[in-house]
Amino acid sequence: MGSSIKVRTSIREGIATVRTIIRHPMHTGFEIDATTGEIIPAHYIETVTVRHVDKTIMQCDWSRAVSTNPYLSFAFSGARAGDPLSISWKDNMGNSDTIEVNIQ
Amino acid sequence: MNISRRSFVKTFCAVSGMILIGVGDLFKPAIAFVQRNVKAFSAESETDAVTSLFSDKQLVPSNAIHIDVHDLVENGAVVPIKINADLPAIDSISILVEKNPNPLIAKFNLGPECSGFIATRIKVAQPSDIVAIVESEGKLYTRRKFVEVVEGGCG
Repeated sequence: MGSSIKVRTSIREGIATVRTIIRHPMHTGFEIDATTGEIIPAHYIETVTVRHVDKTIMQCDWSRAVSTNPYLSFAFSGARAGDPLSISWKDNMGNSDTIEVNIQ
Repeated sequence: MNISRRSFVKTFCAVSGMILIGVGDLFKPAIAFVQRNVKAFSAESETDAVTSLFSDKQLVPSNAIHIDVHDLVENGAVVPIKINADLPAIDSISILVEKNPNPLIAKFNLGPECSGFIATRIKVAQPSDIVAIVESEGKLYTRRKFVEVVEGGCG
C-alpha cells in the first residue's frame, strides 16, 4: 500500500511549493453506513505538521470538515533543492503517519 | 531499609533517565505554534468559534485576502478552496464555514518562511458564507465569500 501521504514539490527562485494528498476517510460522525445502517464514528485528522530540515514551518489544525483524502498545498521560502521535508499527521483515534521527501 | 545493589542501580538509572528527559525538554526550541484549540473546533456558531480562537480582538475586513472558490458548488463534500493573503508576517490562516455544524474548518499556523497561501478541499453542509481570518502582525483581517451548494457535504 505504501505511505498514506503523497507529496509533490517544486522549487522556483527559492520558493518551494508543496502539494500533498493524504489517504484518510475523514468521517464526520454524521454518515450512516449503507450496509449496517449504523452511524460511522467520527474519524478525522486533527493535526498535520510540516518540517523543513530541522524546523517546524507549519502546523495545521483540522476539523472533520476537511474533505475525504485531504489535499493541501502551501508555499514557503528559503528552500533549496535536496532539502529534507517531512509531513506527518495524527488523527482523533491516535493513528498517525509520516513521510520524508527531498525537495526537488 | 535494605536495598540490594541491583535494585538501587535500576532505580538510579530510571530516575536519572527521567530527570535527563525533563531537562532535555527545557532545551527544546520554544514552541512556535499554539496548541489545537479544542473549544474553538467544537463551537457551534461562527461567533463562538472566533471568540474561542482570538477572544474579542477586532476583525478588520480586508481586500488583501483573496478567497478562490466557486460561486456554485454541486457537491458540498469536496469544495476546493484557495486562500491568498497579501499581508506581511502571517501567523495563521483560519477557514470557517458559517453554516456548518461546527463552523471552524481548519487553522493553519504558519512559520515566518511560509507564504500567505493555502489550498485545500473542504466540506460545506449548505449554502453559506466562507470566512477566512488571517493573523498578521498581531492584527486580524477577514474576508468572506458566499457559496451556493446544491448537495450538502456532511454525510
